[in-house]
Amino acid sequence: MKAERFTWMRHQLLSPWFMAGVLLLIFLSAAPLLFAPYTIISITNVLMYIVMTVSWAFFSGPTQYLSLATAAFFGIGIYVSALAGEVLLFPLVITLGALLSFLIAVLVGLSTLRLRGMYFTIFTFGLSELIRHFVLWWEVNITGTVGRWVVAMDHTTVYYAMLTIGTVTLAVTQTVRISKYGLALRSIGDSEEAADHTGINVNTVKLFSFAISAVFTGAAGAAMATRWTYIDPSIAFNPLYSFMPVLMAIFGGITRIHGQIIGAVILTLLADLLLTTFPYYYMLLYGLILVVVILFVPGGLTGLQTDLKRLWQGGSGK
Amino acid sequence: MSFTLLLDITIGGLILGGLYALVAAGLGLQYGVARILNVSHGEFIMLGAFATYSLHMLLGLNPIISLVITGPILFGLAFLIHKVLFMRLRKKAESAVIFEGNSLLVSFGLLFIIQNIALLFWGPDIKGYSYMSETVDLFGIVYAKNRLFAFLFAVVMGSSFYFFITRTRMGKAIRAASQDVNTAQLMGINTHWVLGFCFALGALLAGLAGSLISMMFEMTPTIGLPYTIIAIIAVVLGGLGNILGSLLGGLILGLVGNLVMSVDPGLSMIAYYMIFLLLLLVKPTGILGK
Repeated sequence: MKAERFTWMRHQLLSPWFMAGVLLLIFLSAAPLLFAPYTIISITNVLMYIVMTVSWAFFSGPTQYLSLATAAFFGIGIYVSALAGEVLLFPLVITLGALLSFLIAVLVGLSTLRLRGMYFTIFTFGLSELIRHFVLWWEVNITGTVGRWVVAMDHTTVYYAMLTIGTVTLAVTQTVRISKYGLALRSIGDSEEAADHTGINVNTVKLFSFAISAVFTGAAGAAMATRWTYIDPSIAFNPLYSFMPVLMAIFGGITRIHGQIIGAVILTLLADLLLTTFPYYYMLLYGLILVVVILFVPGGLTGLQTDLKRLWQGGSGK
Repeated sequence: MSFTLLLDITIGGLILGGLYALVAAGLGLQYGVARILNVSHGEFIMLGAFATYSLHMLLGLNPIISLVITGPILFGLAFLIHKVLFMRLRKKAESAVIFEGNSLLVSFGLLFIIQNIALLFWGPDIKGYSYMSETVDLFGIVYAKNRLFAFLFAVVMGSSFYFFITRTRMGKAIRAASQDVNTAQLMGINTHWVLGFCFALGALLAGLAGSLISMMFEMTPTIGLPYTIIAIIAVVLGGLGNILGSLLGGLILGLVGNLVMSVDPGLSMIAYYMIFLLLLLVKPTGILGK
């Protein structure tokens, strides 16, 4: 069993996808030497959405629990950065953001274990909005401020921080995915009762995978906050951050990690392009893309690729 | 707390609650029957409000008359949207869960699209007009006429909605479809028509609420989302799938909201969410749910 597992791991490590990933990582590490600041900032943005999309899909993909709490975890990271940025070192700020998101996710997870389907989705959405309104109220009435300044970092530091978070996110989610916990997660998505009967501790697996997915989003928030310099509750807890990862994962193909990454890359760059070229029609175009994707490519780009392959090989497509 | 203050808060709460009940009844139809958690519900309210505003400012039309115009137009628009987008999703979806997830995302797309169009059309500035703003004395408390009108209108609409659902043949079909669409279809109910009708009727109620809102409050193209959230909370409070429960949920939220607002206006949204989250944890099926 051990030996089999070892050969299988070695097979994974030698797969072309993994090799390509390592090469890409080396290339990205050298990118600040090669490209203009604008490109680096743009890549940082892409990395941020990759982190959010992959960690969202890590939990919601296999379990089919549609979570809309990403904005909450991201915003918590941002606020940690704003409050602790002056006293703590940058890596510590990021760690703190990740830890706090983890703790909140455990609390949310514990209270939502009984909720299923739409109730879970509405709860997570309501929770993000509750936190946003609470922080807003707290700022207006207790501290007497709306919005804060964040200690700014230069773009290369933020870039490397985001590259590290991204690499850790991919490494951890992939390791868990191919482990027995990944299998347990998928079986929960297929049928929670059946998973329970095969001896999987459904609640623990759900709780921890939800909390793990929050860690990276919190870290990403803490790192990105230093680039914006000014934040307020409606920037930090913008509900759009909850929907973007869902859209990106579905657009690329929710079941595969390369689909999620491709979705995040394409839609982030597209959003950048739309925002700079058509600032007044940005939301309109984004909404249209969302509707068209859900209607016509529900399996995402990678799903489309599979369909085309099947068609090419002469099999009957679905 | 003095008696007048209590009365003031209660009447204010009923006025707000009547409005919320209309908004919630609309979403209750869309989610309870057509299984579409329509997050663009508030955008139809916003469209109703701005349409009334424009008709009043440009043509000098009485806002009460535009109630009769904007509602049916939104009904037609929503019926078309349901036919083109949501019916297609329903046919394609492999399971009810997938349909609910996809229709949620599509309605988010609609939210972006409608809001952007409204921004292009009316601009981001705060708009408003004055109509029936002269006051009336009621039990020693002063109210603007437009609020009392809104309350009366909501009561009339709410009760006709109640009779429509409980007493008519169409209402019976809607109740059947809300319990089980497939079985309803087997019983000879044209569910395509019923689901589309429910979605469109939801938009009509949203439009009417929007017209009322335009008489009382100022507006921007982004006023929609808070109303959507209030409607979602009211629907869950009343019991998902229980069409009349959403009327009750809206009324309760209005009363609570007005009470909290009299203490601190900034806390009302927080109070709604607290009620909502506690409710989901304690009794997710709602007050009237089984």
